Order: sequence, then C-alpha cells, then structure tokens
Amino acid sequence: MSQKTYDRQNPAFYVLIVMLVIMAIGPIYLMLVTSLKLNVDIMSDTSSLIFMPTLRNYETALCDFLWYEPEHLRRCDPTFGRALTNSLIIGLVSTAITLIIGTMAAYALVRFRFMGRDVVSIWTLMMRMVPPAVLLVPVFGIWTFQFGLDGTRGGIILVYVALNLPFVIWILQSFIVQVPIQLEEAARMDGAGPFQVFFLVVLPLIKPGIAAASIFTFRVAWNEFLLANALSDRNSRTVPVTIVNSLTEFDIDWGVIMATGMLLAVPPIIFTFFASRQIITGMTAGAVKG
Amino acid sequence: MSIARANRLTPYLFLAPAGAVLAVALFYPICYMIYASFLDWNPSQRIGEADFIGLRNYTKLFSDAAFRESMWVTIKFSIVVVTIEMFLGVGLALLLDRNIRGMSVLRTLFILPMMIAPIVVGLMWRYMYHPTVGIFNRTLTDWGFDPIPWLADGDWAFASIVIADIWQWTPFIFILSLAALQSLPASAIEASRIDGASGWQQIIYIKLPLMLPVLIVTLLLRLIDSFKVLEVILVMTNGGPGLSTEILSIRINRTASEFRELGEAAAMSNLLLIVLLILTFAMFIYNKAQELRAQRMRAVEEEA
Repeated sequence: MSQKTYDRQNPAFYVLIVMLVIMAIGPIYLMLVTSLKLNVDIMSDTSSLIFMPTLRNYETALCDFLWYEPEHLRRCDPTFGRALTNSLIIGLVSTAITLIIGTMAAYALVRFRFMGRDVVSIWTLMMRMVPPAVLLVPVFGIWTFQFGLDGTRGGIILVYVALNLPFVIWILQSFIVQVPIQLEEAARMDGAGPFQVFFLVVLPLIKPGIAAASIFTFRVAWNEFLLANALSDRNSRTVPVTIVNSLTEFDIDWGVIMATGMLLAVPPIIFTFFASRQIITGMTAGAVKG
Repeated sequence: MSIARANRLTPYLFLAPAGAVLAVALFYPICYMIYASFLDWNPSQRIGEADFIGLRNYTKLFSDAAFRESMWVTIKFSIVVVTIEMFLGVGLALLLDRNIRGMSVLRTLFILPMMIAPIVVGLMWRYMYHPTVGIFNRTLTDWGFDPIPWLADGDWAFASIVIADIWQWTPFIFILSLAALQSLPASAIEASRIDGASGWQQIIYIKLPLMLPVLIVTLLLRLIDSFKVLEVILVMTNGGPGLSTEILSIRINRTASEFRELGEAAAMSNLLLIVLLILTFAMFIYNKAQELRAQRMRAVEEEA
C-alpha cells in the first residue's frame, strides 16, 4: 500500500474528468467572479472576461466590521454584519451542545444493555427523516405561545440541536462500536468511574467521528433557512434569512448578494477541503458497510 | 451497593439530556402538529382558542385543486430527479472506478455542491438563469440562438429546478456508488475476467448485482431527501410561475405564512410526514432483511 501505481488512461477519459470538474465548480467560480465585479460590469452586454476585480461588494456587506469607512458607501447597513454574528453564535453553540449530549447518548446506546435500546435506535432513525418544513407549524406555535422563545437565538439553537441530534447519535454509534471494550474494562479496573471512562478513554478514540459529526451539524445550523425565518426577529436573523429577504422581484443588487452568498459558502468550502475524508465517511456510513 | 446502583443508572444519565431535548423540541412538536391538523387555527390565536373541526382540513385539502397540483409537482420532481441522478451517478462511478491519480481531489470537488448552503445554490442558479445577464442566455445569444425563458415559463422552470438539483445531488450518488464499487470483492471481478467476460458483461452480471443492496439504500435515502428540498426552489422560483414548481414544502410554508392557515399547513405536513415514514420504514425493513440474510449465509458457511 505504500507505493501506489497508477494505470495509464486514454486521453478522452481526462477530457471527461476536466468537463466534470468544470461542471461541478463552474457555478461556484461564477459566483466568486460576480462578487468581485461592479454592477456596471455585471450588467454590461459584452461578456466580460476582463474586468477590474474589486472588493467593494464585500466592503458593503461587511461594513460593520471594517476599521475604515469605505468611501463608496454613504450609510453603513448593519443588517448583514449582525446576521453574520448571529449565524456564527447559533452555529457554534448548537454544534457544541449537540455533540456533547449526542456523544453521551450514542455511547449509552452502544455500551449499556438496557431495555428499549432497539426501540430508541428505530426512533432515532425515524426522526432523522423529519424535514424542517414539517416542523414549521408546530415549532412556530409552541415557541411563540408556550415557551416564549420566539425571536431569540436560544429558540433557534434549541430547534437545531433537536434537528441534528438523531443524525449525530446515529453516526457516532458506528464509531463507538469500534472502540475495543477491553480498553474500557482496563480503565474501570484501574478505578475509573463511568464518566471518567467516557471522557478520558472513549472520547479521544472517536475523534474522527466527532469531526465528521460536528461538520454535518454546523453545516445544517449554518445553512438552514425555513425555521430560522419563522423563529427569528430583526435582531436574531441569520445570514440565509437576510439573503432571502434582500431578494426582490426586480432590481437585485447582484454584486452584493453574490458577495454575501460567497461569505455564507466559505466555511463549508473550507471544511470540505480540510476534512473531505471525514465527510465522505459520514455520508457513506450506514449505506455502505466497511 | 451505591456504586452498583450508580452503574445501573449511568445509561439513563447519559441518555437523559438527549432524550429531554428530543422530547421537548422534536417529539412534542410532532404530536402537537398532528393535533393542530384537526383545528381551524390562525397565527394570531393561541392553540386553545382554535376551533376543533375534525377532519375538515384534510377533506378540504383533497378537494383543493392547488394542493393536488403541488402534490403532483412534488412526486414528479422526486421521480424525475432521482431517476436521472441514479443513472448519472452510478454511470459516472462505473466509469471513474479506476486507479488514477487525484481521485481524492476529484471527490473533494464533487462534494462541494452538497456542502454549501441550499440558499446559495439557489442564488447561483437564479443568477445563471437570469434572462439577460445569466450565462446560459448570454451564451445562447452569442451563438445566435433565441434566449430561453428559463424561470419565466412553467415547463422551463420545472426543467430548471431539475437541472439545479441534479447538479447538487448527483455527486451524492456518485460517491456512495463509488464506495460500494471499491468495497466489492476483487476475487469475483478477477474470476469473471479470467472467464473472459467483457467490460459490459462484468458491469451487468457482476458489479451491478453485487452493488444492488447499496444502490437500493442510496435510492431510498435520495428519495427521502428529495422530498425535503425547499430552499433552492424557494430562491429560484418561489414555486412559480403559477404552481409549476410549487413543491409541497413550499406550499406548507406559504399556507402557514401567507394564507395564515396553520391547521391546513399542519395537515399538509402530516401527509408529507406519512410519505417519508413509509419510505424510512421501507429502508429499515430492507436493512434488517439484508442483515438477516448475511447472518444466514454466515451460519451456512460455518456449518459447511
């Protein structure tokens, strides 16, 4: 396995691969290019391969965070900056909570034999299939009238934790099963309590699983629109909500919107490049054995 | 004694937080929704003030032409999209299952469309479909063709959302089938090669049948997910023009927020949930059946 050899392929094969790559990332590239153009360039009739790249759209979107005042702006609109802060807080907090209670639950489901384990497994699998659209009405009603959580970040975080938990439990189970039980028994012999065994022995061993689970969780919280739209008010809006709100029927400011879209797309793209193996593991777990 | 009891309680302690969150924020809302689907309820009322109207929401839905239309659009969308994606994804996997340099880079690039926000995907495609500045119409007019009314005409709009979904989700099927292909027993393929099977024969008689269990699970997963698509279509067309791209999720959203009929929206959500539960259950049963078969095979092997 150390020295890999590669087969020679026929040139048409490489042409196909290049075409596939262009198709896969072409739209993303187009968005990047558009976000670097002035609206004059976007709207001009000549297809413009040559243009002056400018960061102006990003300055407009992020004006709240800049230490200088961009001269093309008369007034700074803080909507997007606020949404970015909200998205970051909601994404990070909900991921942290989901992972902590998710790993504990997955561990209990795998390691301890107690009544109702199968039932719980089936339920987690079923809950995994619940689409956000189905939760829209009840969550709106309950959060508004019973919990009083509408319009707060906490309310949105609670939905995202619940939405992600089944998947996290499901995926972590497959990693915990692989931890040799002898290791845990040895630790218990040395006098470690169940919590110590879990935090000091099991957790470090399932780091790849935790990485995969946290990427998936963060991605859902970061990208979700529908529930955030129903639950947030002016101060707790997330980035996807502001993007949809700024899409009007006519006269769309494509440059700025593409810049915000790009900012929303950047974290998932970074994750993909750093952890594609874990992501693919997460995707294939369950469907493909081994 | 107390240690023993602590040990007996541990699994419950570990499960309690997750159980509590799921009960409060997932299980309870779903029960609530089932109850709400029997009410005549608008967003300004508390649920206690809403009138109980029995099954009237459901009967209203089934006699509502717009709902039937959107049900039909949803089913049409799912079937079209999943069929095309299965053929493309499996085909590409069979084609690219070779020992080449840079396969992992390729896979990384292919999962990008799935990772970025659906909102952003919708945004990109809406821009590309733009009647004048979009790349498609620009290229068409540059080459001397007539521009196409991508999102303005009903049939074209449906085709447009199908294309965008294929772009986003074919890689999912590609990656799952590639993983399946690479975990096939090399001995079977080797044996068929020695017996003189051609490339096509290998694919049809050896590879596809061996991949079948994974392919069926992939198909069901993708089918379930295709019912969840919402944001891409919302940004691109918002269900229009007319009802041509109004899938069920969008209709639920509109019924709740625009028409302010929470009871009806809940009834729709219920129907969608039932469809998804049936699909999930099919997947679960299929997985269990596979496991049982594998166990039996192993037992037979051990006896022999």
